[in-house]
Amino acid sequence: MHTIIMPKMGDAMEEGTLVRWLKQEGDTVNEGEPIAEIATDKATVEIEAPASGVLRGISVPEGAVVPVNTPLAYILQEGESLPAQTDGTATAATAAPTPTAPIPKPVAAPALDGGERILASPLARKIAAEHGIDLALIKGTGPKGRIVERDVLAYLEAQKAAAPAVAPAPEAAPAPTVEVPPAIVAPPAAAAERVESLNRLRQITAQRTTEAHQTIPHFYLTMEIDMENALALRQQLNQLDESLRISVNDLIVKACAVALEKHPVINARYQNGQLVHPDGTHIGIAVAVEQGLLVAVVKHCEGKSLRRIAQEAQTLIQKARDGKLLPDEMTGNTFTISNLGMFGIEQFTAIINPPASAILAVGATKRVPVVLDDGSIVARQRMKVTLSCDHRVIDGAVGAQFLQTLKQILENPLLML
Amino acid sequence: MATKLFREAIREALIEELDRDPNVFLMGEDIGRYQGSFRVTEGLFQKYGPKRVWDTPISEPGFVAVAIGAAIEGLRPVVEMMTWSFALLAFDQIVNHAAKILYKSGGACPVPLVIRGPAGPGRQLAAQHSHSVEAWLAHSPGLKVVLPSTPADAKGLLKTAIRDDNPVMFIEHPRLYLTKGEVPEGEYTIPFGVADIKRRGRDVTIVTYSRGVQIALNAAEQLAEQGIEVEIIDLRTLVPCDWETVFNSVRRTHRAIALHDDWGFAGFGAEIAAQIQEHAFDYLDAPVMRVTGADVPMPYNKHLEALAIPNEQRVIEAVHAVLA
Repeated sequence: MHTIIMPKMGDAMEEGTLVRWLKQEGDTVNEGEPIAEIATDKATVEIEAPASGVLRGISVPEGAVVPVNTPLAYILQEGESLPAQTDGTATAATAAPTPTAPIPKPVAAPALDGGERILASPLARKIAAEHGIDLALIKGTGPKGRIVERDVLAYLEAQKAAAPAVAPAPEAAPAPTVEVPPAIVAPPAAAAERVESLNRLRQITAQRTTEAHQTIPHFYLTMEIDMENALALRQQLNQLDESLRISVNDLIVKACAVALEKHPVINARYQNGQLVHPDGTHIGIAVAVEQGLLVAVVKHCEGKSLRRIAQEAQTLIQKARDGKLLPDEMTGNTFTISNLGMFGIEQFTAIINPPASAILAVGATKRVPVVLDDGSIVARQRMKVTLSCDHRVIDGAVGAQFLQTLKQILENPLLML
Repeated sequence: MATKLFREAIREALIEELDRDPNVFLMGEDIGRYQGSFRVTEGLFQKYGPKRVWDTPISEPGFVAVAIGAAIEGLRPVVEMMTWSFALLAFDQIVNHAAKILYKSGGACPVPLVIRGPAGPGRQLAAQHSHSVEAWLAHSPGLKVVLPSTPADAKGLLKTAIRDDNPVMFIEHPRLYLTKGEVPEGEYTIPFGVADIKRRGRDVTIVTYSRGVQIALNAAEQLAEQGIEVEIIDLRTLVPCDWETVFNSVRRTHRAIALHDDWGFAGFGAEIAAQIQEHAFDYLDAPVMRVTGADVPMPYNKHLEALAIPNEQRVIEAVHAVLA
């Protein structure tokens, strides 16, 4: 007998949603065949059958959220029977299973008891409900991690800081019943307004960007880089080997990887008064998907060839767009790149994506007039990049030196070799 | 205002009511010639004589029954229990008769009876003579239950009790008899069912009465040094009880602690917690905690007795727990 459990697909994963069963109770499945689709905070993945046999004892209904390691169902070989508590009958435990015999589907998965309940005080629940806040987004600081009033108020404060433009409630609005400044009370639905509930990814993006922007002291450095040589190299590479098209983004990732090796502080992070040097150079690439923003992380870029990085980056970006990125593939970045060049954005600043200490905002590569040393003016392909730095780790000069190195590499792309 | 002892304030109320209403009279063991075990009735026998101040035999069921009969006939007896622990003998008279006669007579026959006396631990009177009796009494419909914490409250509440047409159980903590406090001059009464906020605070509400008030006030002083502001509600009367004051306070502080000497299990603190969660659930940011006497027969040993009853430290710990 093989037990199918909610897999833990990343250190941070504590629960997952059973999206749908791809096989039904009593179906015969082959090893490696997808049997269910599960979703984590950010990705949807398929669970494969660990062995061939008959799928029995489905105990988690579609749509249920269960903690990791919760048994979802069993795969039985001939002569095997379900564990007693699963089908609830003593006789079934001894009888040979017949694939066609119906197994009563439990009304609710036993694992849901207690596992799913978010601990929150009545007051915290009341305030959260009044403001339409999902308690799952709030970290509890009370006993046993209980969400208490101060946690909800802190969350509201954070939201307020993130969106200072929220209109104050009109005079006709009912007086707020909790002691929070009226400006952050959600305005009543006016005729012109429409309230849309946000998906989980959007909510998480909101929470994390707010936290990052509030807690990390950002500063920004902009550099213009000549891309003539890099583009020429890319064209040459793509002509010589058509099996994999190297993108400008791939070049930038590789150039950053090389530059980070020379400036390890940019790759490090601030943590409780200490500097943590990670186990490698893990470059995150911001990917816009329909539901929000994801960061696909190319792990251990140090020493990887341009082609290898390009391959991995393109695979990850595609997975992100398909919603199939695994939790481990979107966490642990030590540096981040956000590229809006394809939209014609010349220059912008980005919010640092922890645990990285810096993010490179890449603008469009454009032909611009450049004054050469001899005074002549020529048209050159130029690109502006802006590095957002965590000042707790990176000083201005250090950030500037990193950008100088990056510029040198991209302008002399043979240095990537 | 003059500063008086708790027992002097009670005596003043008795004197004023004896003077005001000729139907008022006192009964009890050793209250006359001996002038009372706790000297509450000092000088009253000498002043009012044996018709107004009766020394009774040692027979609680007997003299409580006599008092009930007198009350039915229109007198206003004020019975002193040498200790409320002795009133256990008279519980049939109290619960089965005094509390029920108005009801059973279809409202025709009120019982204007006051039973007063000391109850509570802290004087090394051991398992049988240290009872707190408020939960037993408050549990029985038909009895009003009063537990003053200050001399001024004791006087004002006792005068209200004597004028009430129903049985009033007036419980005096023996450790309070020698406490002092300012008592207003002249005629005044304090209505039942009106709690007194003895200290204002924003962080935690302590709901208490009797000796608990002083414990809470002492704890609040220490907590204030830590920046924690405790609100102390003295219920003063458990039946009728001023729940609105409790709820309004909890709606502001979001945290509550019930404090009393009586046993915790199924005690009045449990009622306080239940009422709060029924009526102010959405305002609670932490569970309602209880600081009560230990659920054991009271030890005689003074160190063990001190461990079995509430103190400031336990209140401070509970406050920290609800603020965690």
